[in-house]
Amino acid sequence: MSLLIEAKDIYVKRQGKNILENVFIQINKKDFITIIGPNGAGKSMLLECLMGTFSPDSGIINKKNNLSIGYIPQNFNPDNSMPITVKRFLMLKKNFNINNLKKVSGETKISTILEKNLADLSGGELQKVLLARSLLSDPELLILDEPAQNLDIKNQLNFYNLLNNVYKSRAISILMVSHDLHMVMASTKQVICLYHHVCCSGEPQTVAKDPEFVNLFGNDMAKMMSVYQHTHDHVHSENLND
Amino acid sequence: MIEPFLIRATIAGIGVAIIAGAIGCFVVWRKMAYFGDSLAHSALLGVALGLVLGISTNLGTIIICTLFTILLIWLQQKQILATDTLLGILAHSALSIGMVTLSLLEKSVDLHSYLFGDILAVTTSEIYLIISGSLIVLVFLYHNWSSFVLTTINEKLAKAEGLNILINQLLIMFLMTIVVAVSFRIVGLLLITSLLIIPAATARQLSHSPETMAVLASFLGIIAVILGIYSSLYFDTPSGPSIVVSAVIIFIAISSASFLIKKIR
Repeated sequence: MSLLIEAKDIYVKRQGKNILENVFIQINKKDFITIIGPNGAGKSMLLECLMGTFSPDSGIINKKNNLSIGYIPQNFNPDNSMPITVKRFLMLKKNFNINNLKKVSGETKISTILEKNLADLSGGELQKVLLARSLLSDPELLILDEPAQNLDIKNQLNFYNLLNNVYKSRAISILMVSHDLHMVMASTKQVICLYHHVCCSGEPQTVAKDPEFVNLFGNDMAKMMSVYQHTHDHVHSENLND
Repeated sequence: MIEPFLIRATIAGIGVAIIAGAIGCFVVWRKMAYFGDSLAHSALLGVALGLVLGISTNLGTIIICTLFTILLIWLQQKQILATDTLLGILAHSALSIGMVTLSLLEKSVDLHSYLFGDILAVTTSEIYLIISGSLIVLVFLYHNWSSFVLTTINEKLAKAEGLNILINQLLIMFLMTIVVAVSFRIVGLLLITSLLIIPAATARQLSHSPETMAVLASFLGIIAVILGIYSSLYFDTPSGPSIVVSAVIIFIAISSASFLIKKIR
């Protein structure tokens, strides 16, 4: 196992409250880790700390040298006041090269929408474009913050399939925040349940039985989690505690 | 033979239109129209400062507008009040303090020309100021274009790719400050925002990329300025408002044309 990034004893304090406390997380090559947790649990904050766009109040973050990270932000809603095609948007990426664009747009199935206006895209198309953009720099680690949040169930499935293909064909690592438990159960290898601190982590089945998980999400959710491990062909409410 | 004052007015107008068009796109994209308006209001305090200290009114404007921007960003970070409330308080207090100060001055001040501009009275030294201001704005825009555009599309994405959001934001605001400082003699403090917004909004309807929108906005601004100057001479109307009226006519013409074209298709 080769280590890509590791965070130890991470603390972030806001207005006297710990947003993150004593968080430990380790991402190795080919890991597929999903972070779950209620709203305001500090999930996005943890991602920012790992990416280095936010420095925690204390703690250590060790990164592999020149670790290249691709990132897909939460709630990406381009505004129609700026006219910009998908292609131009992708070209804004640092060290852009056109051959890479061809490869990536085939991989994420966006070749037909490259000339479309960014603000005219559907939710599903937009997420594919963001995935394509994050892949342009050939990242070793992909960080996604609730990537399928605003998609309907069909587009969610499509997106997670695409993500899975990318994960397999590129042999990269993925760290994702997601509430889509049915998808998480199907693809992820490791679940981290975060509520300011790491409540529990491990394989999805193990996490679902953990008393801390039951405590945080309730018995119903724990039952639902175990249902998802066996059948993926029907839909439950995805709402967590909020 | 064209009168020298007309040549000066045209050069000044073109210089201002170019940068106002390009910066105006960011005003439209980032929804900063009210910020532009507030900046222009506070510029009157800058004029008063310039007259009190005996320095140029443009320099006074730059000083006050920069302070205004810094104060605004500092207050925004405190998150006590909503941005538009802060802007309203800052802008109108600066405007009123400026007016009170001007009225206390012994000198007679042509308030009207500050509020609505007087492009036909532009002096040669003001032209140098406009040209150097425009060059600064254009150089900064050219060098930071991609970062500015990406920051405008999505701050989180820009941040994750290593851009400093605060510095980008400050730079864009600072460039707006320069635009306000060099152009208030042309269209006046009350009408600067229109020179920023109207050409950009017109250009939006004709463009498919941020770059063409910026270039087109500058171009449409130039046409509006030239039309305004000559119609102001011909009809003997105030120059600043005439420029804005021209810009509005172009906006309406292009909007209705593109609406009709879309309908026919």
